[in-house]
Amino acid sequence: MSVESIVQAVYLVAAVLFVLSLAGLSRQESARRGVLLGMTGMGLALVATIALALDRSERPVGVTAGLILLVLLVGAAVGTWRARTVEMTQMPELIALLHSFVGAAAVLVGFGSYLSEPATSGADAGAGQTVHLVEVFLGVLIGAVTFTGSVVAFGKLSARLRSSPLLLLGRNWLNLAALVACAGLLWWFLVAGPAGLVPLLLMTVVALALGWHLVAAIGGGDMPVVVSMLNSYSGWAAAAAGFMLGNDLLIITGALVGSSGAILSYLMCRAMNRSFVSVILGGFGAETPAAAAGGPAEPGTYRETTALEVADRLTAARSVIVVPGYGMAVAKAQYPVADLVSRLTARGTTVRFGIHPVAGRLPGHMNVLLAEAKVPYDQVLGMDEINDDFPETDVVLVIGANDTVNPAAQDDPASPIAGMPVLEVWQAREVVVFKRSMATGYAGVQNPLFFRENTAMLFGDAKEQVELIVQAL
Amino acid sequence: MRIGVPDDGGPLVPATPATTGRLVGLGYEVAVTAGAGARAGFPDTAYAAAGAAVVPDAEAWAADVVVATRAPDDLTAPGPAALRPGAVLVAQVAPAARPDLVRALADRGVTALALDAVPRISRAQSLDVLSALSNVAGYRAVVEAAAEFGGMFAGQVTAAGTTPPANVFVIGAGVAGLAAIGAAGSLGAQVRAFDVRPEVAEQIESMGATVVRADDAAQQVSADGYASALTADQEAAALRAYAVETAGADIVVTTALVRGTAPTTITAEMVAGMRPGSVIVDLAAPSGGNCELTVPGERVVSDNGVVVLGYTDLPDRMPRHTSELLGTAVANLVQLGTPGRDGVLALDPDDVVVRGMTVAAGGEVLWPPPPVSVSAPQSLVEPSLVEPVETSPGSRQARPAGSGSRQARPAESGSRQARPAKSGVRPPKSGARAPFARTVLLGLAAVLAVLAVAASPPDQAAHFTVLALAVVVGFYVISHVSHALHTPLMSQTNAISGIILVGGMLQIGSADPVVTTLAVLASAVASINIFGGFLVTHRMLGMFHHSPADGGDR
Repeated sequence: MSVESIVQAVYLVAAVLFVLSLAGLSRQESARRGVLLGMTGMGLALVATIALALDRSERPVGVTAGLILLVLLVGAAVGTWRARTVEMTQMPELIALLHSFVGAAAVLVGFGSYLSEPATSGADAGAGQTVHLVEVFLGVLIGAVTFTGSVVAFGKLSARLRSSPLLLLGRNWLNLAALVACAGLLWWFLVAGPAGLVPLLLMTVVALALGWHLVAAIGGGDMPVVVSMLNSYSGWAAAAAGFMLGNDLLIITGALVGSSGAILSYLMCRAMNRSFVSVILGGFGAETPAAAAGGPAEPGTYRETTALEVADRLTAARSVIVVPGYGMAVAKAQYPVADLVSRLTARGTTVRFGIHPVAGRLPGHMNVLLAEAKVPYDQVLGMDEINDDFPETDVVLVIGANDTVNPAAQDDPASPIAGMPVLEVWQAREVVVFKRSMATGYAGVQNPLFFRENTAMLFGDAKEQVELIVQAL
Repeated sequence: MRIGVPDDGGPLVPATPATTGRLVGLGYEVAVTAGAGARAGFPDTAYAAAGAAVVPDAEAWAADVVVATRAPDDLTAPGPAALRPGAVLVAQVAPAARPDLVRALADRGVTALALDAVPRISRAQSLDVLSALSNVAGYRAVVEAAAEFGGMFAGQVTAAGTTPPANVFVIGAGVAGLAAIGAAGSLGAQVRAFDVRPEVAEQIESMGATVVRADDAAQQVSADGYASALTADQEAAALRAYAVETAGADIVVTTALVRGTAPTTITAEMVAGMRPGSVIVDLAAPSGGNCELTVPGERVVSDNGVVVLGYTDLPDRMPRHTSELLGTAVANLVQLGTPGRDGVLALDPDDVVVRGMTVAAGGEVLWPPPPVSVSAPQSLVEPSLVEPVETSPGSRQARPAGSGSRQARPAESGSRQARPAKSGVRPPKSGARAPFARTVLLGLAAVLAVLAVAASPPDQAAHFTVLALAVVVGFYVISHVSHALHTPLMSQTNAISGIILVGGMLQIGSADPVVTTLAVLASAVASINIFGGFLVTHRMLGMFHHSPADGGDR
């Protein structure tokens, strides 16, 4: 029984723990256990890997051990610091940034793998070597795309980059050209033998540019899909690394993450009634401005209200639904909102939250913010769970949401968001919309909801307004 | 310009101190007749404080814009005589019932805007006095009935025995009918309601009443939200339903209006079949009444002791709130006509709302207005048969098909429900082609995968097996995750994908310093991922908590 075989056995256990971890995360009740299982699996895998690395070390074991210790210390220090200090409203940025780390690691591991097993000249290269080279190439390619894509997503989410889509002429052709170039470079890489580093580096540059361009062309409103797509990519990058290193644990884990990210992206797209391909290719933001300009030009009049009036309505209401959107995250209004809700609940009012699947900039973003503010999760319902209850609701508070409550998605086939499932807030007796101004939402579409007769607008900073309402209660 | 608010002698006043303030804010000078608001509880001092001038009646009538509760019957009476040619009169006119008055107004050269002729479109809701007053009337009808009825509305259980709840039957579920249903329901009565328009059945249910079904009497969905006249067959069917329902009712509230006229819903025979002490409130009394025994404005008791209330002034009996509603509608209208907020009324005659309300202008009678074509909710079940319905406060749109469990039962397929079909709204993407294309793509992918595996050395083939199985496992594990957990899931999978650290660590021991450097870098970023990802997931999940056991889990 060698070190190698023990390590393989431990890897198997770790892989099973990862599967159980993800399974645990599908329900609230078992979610925390899921995280612990994942941590255990990761701990086991790391211990086994350290043992294996020391066993295989080609230089003095002490040096290798020191380096590994250093790496873990750095990771633990930075990782713990980020995890403790990040605000829940910044969660999308953090996750995008972490994805870029996986991408970067995949690129570096790919290069390392290539350099440590350099290709021999074409003549005595066997099929095994060709396969290995292809794996290295693909691993670096996926890693590089993930890296720059995530960096751009991070920039857009943290408002360091403009969130509007970058629309170069013939952008789909550019992407295609990049892929064709990569295929050509792969061929060169395979026949180049020992000189293969040049095409590998060239491909890395092309792939970095491709990742940058892919995400730059996608508007900020589609970021939930992009983040989960990049999540998927980071998984495939890990899986590709597993192939090049012949490591099953990496393959299993990478495939788990890759497929889960893909499914999340698919769910997001379905929630927006958009095809996955068109989101990836950044097609959405392009057609919007034109369509919005050509849309029905009858805005009508809207009714303004005050915090005091809203407080009166809430006092009289028997059932209230709160529909939060990205605006609540921006205003950091989740605490006053939670306070308001707990006060209303204490009076015997039925208060629930209705969450659109793509509210916020990350799937489930609103749920995390509300959880942070100590809102019980059984008060927080999804779109399908709550949509039928709006007609029996007295007051709906729409806080910083726009496109997700737009009746045009159902009524106006010409609308750019036509067919997107939305929260049917307008069915309620009264709707109060908290908004900074009459500006349009991320999709750039005017919202007929604001002009409905049962809608009242409450302008101003959502946090201040909610605090005023709480005071008035 | 000057807005005059004369005193018409009734309890209502079409401007409250609050709305006066709004008018002043729009740049107008407001002149209120002394004592005009007294009966509604608004003293002259309050108007003066809001910026209005308190003036004699004739002066108010002589203003550029005159706002009255109702148009005066006699234009030569002392006050109205002061109404100048070219002035704008805003009031309830009842143009269908009083063509002579409209003629007289036109002859005077007055521009008359009828507050009771607002087109039923969403944009004009805030001007719709008719529906606001109907709401008040419906509420008051129940209050009057409760006062006449010799019993309690809610069933009571007392030491000396129990009493059953009152049975209330409401005919016509317009705004007034729905308000009556709501008021009666909240007093504790058992409410049943009927309307010839099938699309309002859901609204009746939403107010907590039981819908009385009479399929033969059901009409098509109406074009403008108002009921239209019934055919002879339909009418006979409706009357049969009324006879059955009234016989069992303690209180009947009838609100049927067809194009401004009142059809007969309750015959003398039906009244004779009712229990003594029952009460009929006829909200259609101003138009002649739905009940054959109704005397407009009077309380009548039938031979068998049924009280028939034909009061025509139900909204007037609650002057404070009714005046507030009237005043707000007037202020909304003036605001619509004063885009510049400069105190100059500039009504756009091409605006359908303004056009609909204008019954006389420039010496011409402009009633009735051309029909308003209303917009939107499309995708009705039978578009060729039914025109779209504009929603109004009382008439909320039928719910989407997705929530169909408590909609019309299959046996009632005769009644045509307007029901936006959710699926019908989706843009017609290449839906039919997609599955085929997907199959082909999947097939191609499978062939490529098989070729790749076949061309690889045996140990690689094993890796492919692992990959394929892991993808399938991942798919099934993730596909049932709840929406709320997407963010934690993503940061968890992100942490797990830090497993690439394994790859980096194994390379650290390499003899090549370049490889070691790369490996150390890779491991460092990957380990940030692992630590950061797991901790942040844990932190997030720590926040999710169940509500306390006693808490609102309803």
